[in-house]
Amino acid sequence: MQVPAEFDYARAATIDEAVALLEQHGEDSRLIAGGHSLLPMMKLRLANPTTLIDINDLAELGRISLDGNVLRIGAMVRHAELLDSAVVAEHFAILRDAERVIADPIVRNRGTVGGSLCHADPAEDLSAVLAALRADVVARGPAGDRTIPVRELADGPFQTVLEPAEIVTEIRIPVRPGAGSAYAKVHRCAGDYAVAAAGAVVWLDGDTITDAGIALAAVGAPHNVGAATEAAIRGRSADEETFEMAASTASQECDPYTDQRGPADYKRALAGELTKRALRTAVARSRGEQV
Amino acid sequence: MQVTVTVNGQSYTRDIEPRMLLVHFLRDELALTGTHWGCDTSNCGVCTVLVDGLPAKSCTMLAAMAVGHEIRTVEGLERADGLDPVQQGFMTEHGLQCGFCTPGVMMTARALLDRNPHPTEDEIRRAIAGNLCRCTGYENIVRSIRWAADNASAEVTS
Repeated sequence: MQVPAEFDYARAATIDEAVALLEQHGEDSRLIAGGHSLLPMMKLRLANPTTLIDINDLAELGRISLDGNVLRIGAMVRHAELLDSAVVAEHFAILRDAERVIADPIVRNRGTVGGSLCHADPAEDLSAVLAALRADVVARGPAGDRTIPVRELADGPFQTVLEPAEIVTEIRIPVRPGAGSAYAKVHRCAGDYAVAAAGAVVWLDGDTITDAGIALAAVGAPHNVGAATEAAIRGRSADEETFEMAASTASQECDPYTDQRGPADYKRALAGELTKRALRTAVARSRGEQV
Repeated sequence: MQVTVTVNGQSYTRDIEPRMLLVHFLRDELALTGTHWGCDTSNCGVCTVLVDGLPAKSCTMLAAMAVGHEIRTVEGLERADGLDPVQQGFMTEHGLQCGFCTPGVMMTARALLDRNPHPTEDEIRRAIAGNLCRCTGYENIVRSIRWAADNASAEVTS
């Protein structure tokens, strides 16, 4: 029987109370949201918090809204809610693509957007997608709110730059016209992590790619981003030649390792192929095609 | 810590350790052993219960986190006028062999039909992607859920 080690439990009723509880219980305390990454790690003694602070009562963190040109997603929004959101699907098809293949439907009922980001698993899909979208994270701590680009949130596997008494409250994604996006993932079975996955968001002016974001998950890309691929396709024509070049750049810039999900060279090849497929779909969507 | 948890409409108060998982609370504290306990890693889905109407894997939820929420287990499926159509469907279409996954799949199916009374086969298959069955190959499970959708009389639909 796998059971976590002993800990104290507290429930926060407000964001500020969560911050105060984190301060009070010190750096060995942890927030628990959906718990679908934290509890399994606690069962395996890979995480040993002395106090869990339950933030599931913070309904104010459960909203999704379009505020001017910014899509705001509360940190406690469940994966299933993100998947079902019409406003999310309208502006960022990549989020819908990714949520369809994150864990399984039952896990998606509990797991949260903020929890996924704070867990900082380099194989996790949503963190890579939000990095490609150049989203920002809003965190509240004892000194107030601050904004952190998702691309700077993780400072290593399962580590973030968050202070011990900070709580992520919101994710903000800029909405810019002319965008199209898509996510492509290969996994062994429903609910599994990616063998490799890639996402693309492009902004087109006519046939020219004016800007791009490339997500690379589970293949050892720094911050889950294909920065060299983004630079390589910016300013180029949105055609098969560019997609092929993106595929080869993504293959070269990732750094996967061999594990039970596959050998490194296979994952490297996949990263390129999936980048190409995601780009192709993203470009088609930015042109208004239903794909 | 003392917790009061509502399960199948009935309120239960117990003294537990904060680390007690919901699945063990149901089985060991409340003797509701219809909810099974399998992989312990939120993969297999045999421990699936409904939390405020939505399926959740009770091996990956603390009992303390269930306070203030409505928990529904397989013991809560049966109605005053007989079995839930989902239960009838699993009987009629032989939706189980060993039966280990069955409580979890039935709870997932109930939640699906509450939300979407006429799901397509694709929607059924996607909905049960988090419930593993090693006996049936899923064919009869899908048929069972289809039977429940086709035979949901107004009186027994929640």
